[in-house]
Amino acid sequence: MNSVAPILDVNNLTVEYQVKTKGKRGVRIARAVDGVSLKIRPGETLAVVGESGSGKTSIANAIMRLIEPTSGSIMLDGKELTKLAGKELRLARSKFQMIFQDPFESLDPRRTVLDTILESLVVAGIGIDDAEKRKLALEALEKVGLIPAENVGARYTYQLSGGQRQRVAIAAAMILKPHLLVADEPVSMLDVSLRAGILRLMRELSRELQIATLFITHDLSLAWMYADRIAVVYSGRIVEEGHPADLISFPQHPYTKALVSVIPVPEKNIARNRIILSGEIPDPLEIPSGCRFSPRCPKYRALGQPELCISSDPKLESIGDQFVACHFPEKKETK
Amino acid sequence: MTTNSNDFELREAPETQLSILGKIWQDRMGRIGLLMTVSVFTISIIGPMIWPFDPAAVGADASSILQPPNSQNWLGTDELGRDVFSQFLQGSRVSLLVGVTATIIATVIGAGIGISSGYFMGRLDTVLMAITDFFLVVPSLPLMIAMGSIFGQNLTVIILIIGVLSWPRNARIIRSQTLSLRERKFVPRAKSLGATDLRIIRKHMIPHVLPLVVANTILVVAGAILAEATLAFIGLGDPDRISWGSMLHFAFASGAIGRGAWWYFMPPGLGILAIVLAFTLLGHSFDRINNPRLRDAA
Ligand SMILES: Nc1ncnc2c1ncn2[C@@H]1O[C@H](COP(=O)(O)OP(=O)(O)OP(=O)(O)O)[C@@H](O)[C@H]1O
Ligand code: SF4
Ligand SMILES: [Mg+2]
Repeated sequence: MNSVAPILDVNNLTVEYQVKTKGKRGVRIARAVDGVSLKIRPGETLAVVGESGSGKTSIANAIMRLIEPTSGSIMLDGKELTKLAGKELRLARSKFQMIFQDPFESLDPRRTVLDTILESLVVAGIGIDDAEKRKLALEALEKVGLIPAENVGARYTYQLSGGQRQRVAIAAAMILKPHLLVADEPVSMLDVSLRAGILRLMRELSRELQIATLFITHDLSLAWMYADRIAVVYSGRIVEEGHPADLISFPQHPYTKALVSVIPVPEKNIARNRIILSGEIPDPLEIPSGCRFSPRCPKYRALGQPELCISSDPKLESIGDQFVACHFPEKKETK
Repeated sequence: MTTNSNDFELREAPETQLSILGKIWQDRMGRIGLLMTVSVFTISIIGPMIWPFDPAAVGADASSILQPPNSQNWLGTDELGRDVFSQFLQGSRVSLLVGVTATIIATVIGAGIGISSGYFMGRLDTVLMAITDFFLVVPSLPLMIAMGSIFGQNLTVIILIIGVLSWPRNARIIRSQTLSLRERKFVPRAKSLGATDLRIIRKHMIPHVLPLVVANTILVVAGAILAEATLAFIGLGDPDRISWGSMLHFAFASGAIGRGAWWYFMPPGLGILAIVLAFTLLGHSFDRINNPRLRDAA
């Protein structure tokens, strides 16, 4: 798989928001995404994992061009998305599709399921007649397991359950044969029992249609099960990236280690040291100097607060198959 | 809790036009308003067909002038000896015509400005809302009178003037609704599909603001009818068309009111009252049913 060239290639993506402040006049800059680079190959699923406020949605929206990135490049299919604008951007959109977090909000309740799916085709300007569009839409519904398609298609979206709606959203995205699918917390609003089905469906379709998938979640265990690679983000930065098995069995960044330590595991007798982090993710208005994780880092304290951690911002560097942004990564030998 | 995507549980049935009418019917004020509105329309459409008014049929002598109701003239005669009853029926048409067409104009302008303002936001919003606020605070009656005397007295001009001065409230309410709709995630979703702004407005905004537009429209009708009556009463009506307002004007100008000819001025006066009341009741009822919260937000 590594021989295949990535279809999505994001470099140094930065997203800043202007925040109006009370009292003092003027605006301050909140840097929600700070130099994120990631690559995804066709058929591959990359999970971006991080806690609330780490900048996941900002990454997704910037790649989707729903917000303007402050800087950085987003190459899809060798085309620079950040340079597209107006009509050109609109017509390119069918190639990168998004599944939104809240299926109760993201589908227009005044339209039917079939209309919702047809809209994808109409908007993309696919030049086929109505009967053919309808046939494609019904096939798409069947493909995501909404059968009998005719029957489901005639319903209003608000008549469906959350899981069914998310399947509609997947069908509407997949019908355009996108090269990239961005799914921002696609199952966090759904009943636990429905999550696996949706994620499995997304993964199957992404493999079958060779779609690069960016799967955003705050749940490391879901990333572990449904992704080919995981990137852990903290405060707008990727702090560790690697294959799920490696990353989970041997996290090298202290933050990842803490996240892994609290994943629920069925076997009770496995001795586990749960690492509970104190404090909160930094305010993007005031990112700590040096390593941004240092105020919460157990290792920083264990090592006696080394100067390096607060004087220098660690870069994401490759260690074996993994990438880690820490001055003192865990070493295999020391274990 | 089921993982089987096939078994559907139907949620509440889709809201149909009928169920909205049904809900109005449940509401006591709404029912009265609905009955009154339907009666007024029926009378004004059918009435003049059965009892046509002939403005040239003036009385032959003084004995036929300002006669109280009798078997020939059910509502008596006016200062020229013409039948008041058929005049009253005919006059209702102008009131309704002005009310409805001026409202359509006000609604199109108001919805257009409200939706563009709320959807595009930014500088366009600032400019459009400044204009809206200007029209909102400017006293519209003196402005109508001024415009009426400048642009002349014919029905088309009157309709245009009333229409053009009645949209600001519409625009404000629809803008606030559009602003909140814009936050719904189906808007960025449509955008991420590649939908144009025009398409998003047509397919995802208008269907949602429509009920509100209708509710508000009903209220505007009442205002427009009152505005026409006022203009006609002070003598700025279309001299070629009889309306309830102009009947009042002539009743007043001819001294009929001073002579106690109640049969001349009471019918148009009560007619205006009834029609305005009907639309106001209906509009408020519709509004309450549709959007209990929005009235405070606007
Ligand atoms: N429009 C905005 N204006 C100002 N700050 C914003 C804006 N959107 C997001 N932020 C800030 O940027 C940071 C990252 O937000 P983002 O929504 O990308 O995080 P997230 O990882 O998706 O969080 P969650 O898990 O809660 O969805 C947060 O601190 C948030 O407060
Ligand atoms: S660089 Fe220092 S503070 Fe940052 S994660 Fe590594 S050990 Fe912790
Ligand atoms: Mg988010």
